[in-house]
Amino acid sequence: MRLLKKLVGAALVLGVAGAVAAWFLSAPVRLDSEALAQLGPGDAARGKRIFYAGGCTSCHAKPGSQGDARLQLAGGLELKTPFGIFVPPNISQDATDGIGGWSVEDLANAMLKGVSPSGEHFYPAFPYASYARMKPADIADLHAFLKTLPAVAGKAPPNSLGFPFNIRRSIGLWKRLYLSDQPVVSFPDGTPDPVMAGRYLVEGPGHCGECHTPRDFAGGTRKSEWLAGATAAEGSGIVPNITSGEGGLGDWSEADIAYFLETGFTPDFDSVSGAMVDVQRNMAELAPNDRAAIAAYLKAIPPHPNGYPPRKPAN
Amino acid sequence: MRKLILAISMLAFAGSAAFADPIQERQAIMKERGKIAGQLSKVVKGETPYDAAAVLAALKALEANAEKFHANVDTLFPAGSDTGDTTAAPKIWDDMAGFKAVEEKYLADVKAAAAAAPADVDAFKAGFNTIGGDCGTCHKTYRIKKG
Repeated sequence: MRLLKKLVGAALVLGVAGAVAAWFLSAPVRLDSEALAQLGPGDAARGKRIFYAGGCTSCHAKPGSQGDARLQLAGGLELKTPFGIFVPPNISQDATDGIGGWSVEDLANAMLKGVSPSGEHFYPAFPYASYARMKPADIADLHAFLKTLPAVAGKAPPNSLGFPFNIRRSIGLWKRLYLSDQPVVSFPDGTPDPVMAGRYLVEGPGHCGECHTPRDFAGGTRKSEWLAGATAAEGSGIVPNITSGEGGLGDWSEADIAYFLETGFTPDFDSVSGAMVDVQRNMAELAPNDRAAIAAYLKAIPPHPNGYPPRKPAN
Repeated sequence: MRKLILAISMLAFAGSAAFADPIQERQAIMKERGKIAGQLSKVVKGETPYDAAAVLAALKALEANAEKFHANVDTLFPAGSDTGDTTAAPKIWDDMAGFKAVEEKYLADVKAAAAAAPADVDAFKAGFNTIGGDCGTCHKTYRIKKG
């Protein structure tokens, strides 16, 4: 009986200590002054490139928007995932419903650290796990470009998540595991410039790995299967393998990849589909050398077997 | 008796409008469409030199292909053909009106591109880009990528 009391007491102490530790470990961490010093003044013309490379409008435009309406970033799309429904918010220039009141530091903390101006964690459905690899100066340029876009009134509905995913604070622990500003694929010295430029675009703003890499049980991307393709987070399909080997882009040339990103046509006479349609439309807005850089990187990364199960035979 | 024969022959007639395997039929049309689009995209890429007559012939073939699809949408996508070896999204049957609307826009744009009989590669590119956009618009919502 005395032993049981001791055990219960120990468990309580450990439990409380664990809770205290978890509380500290899960605290939102903002950018340090060194990173903030690199933001610089920001240039809207350069920011336009980052806007399209980052694909902001794919999630934040009102669902179904075409043409110029895609620059009205009112949010409201529903992303139905196994964790629940995520609804990208209004990031238009509206001061109350959007982010019109955000400073460049606010945007940088959101994109590089996943922390809101009020000091809360964002859910990583907002792909800051990729954006964390971006240069602060690019965030300042993006901020300047966003300032040129219209204000749209109206808040998007909130997320609808089940327990335990609705505990925002727990994302702090997730970040300790998965948030890093380091590149995923390392290349030796002397690697051609386009490959390195492509790495930045793909791993950082392009956030290609968010859909094209399989995730583990806690929702982090598996770096050992980087860009190997994955079962789609939404719906019943797959997101293809885009590594350089068999099953991936092995038989695509760099020109094929660049042409696909520009027009949506694959070398085997098929066309882009699903969520990639919006991504491809964004990629078409980039300069040809950016698309070529993405192609060079994808041909240079290690091949992996498909990160999704083979297609079932007809039933 | 005459009524019965009439009924049977009418049934047979109605039956002939349905495809034995609608999934295979629609895939054959889409494959043909992709092949023609592939030839045309080689012209845009500059891999094939611009030949106005050849481009027009390909656009006409694309138009005939689109007409075939358009005339048979209901029999190509009957209820229940969303299962099996198909990448057609269930959304087609949830929103048949929306599906038909994008299919009709595609047909109209292909017709316009063929009617324009483009004389040079730049004139051709404009129409072809619109068609390519239609491919994406439809595939974004109404097709699922499978492994």
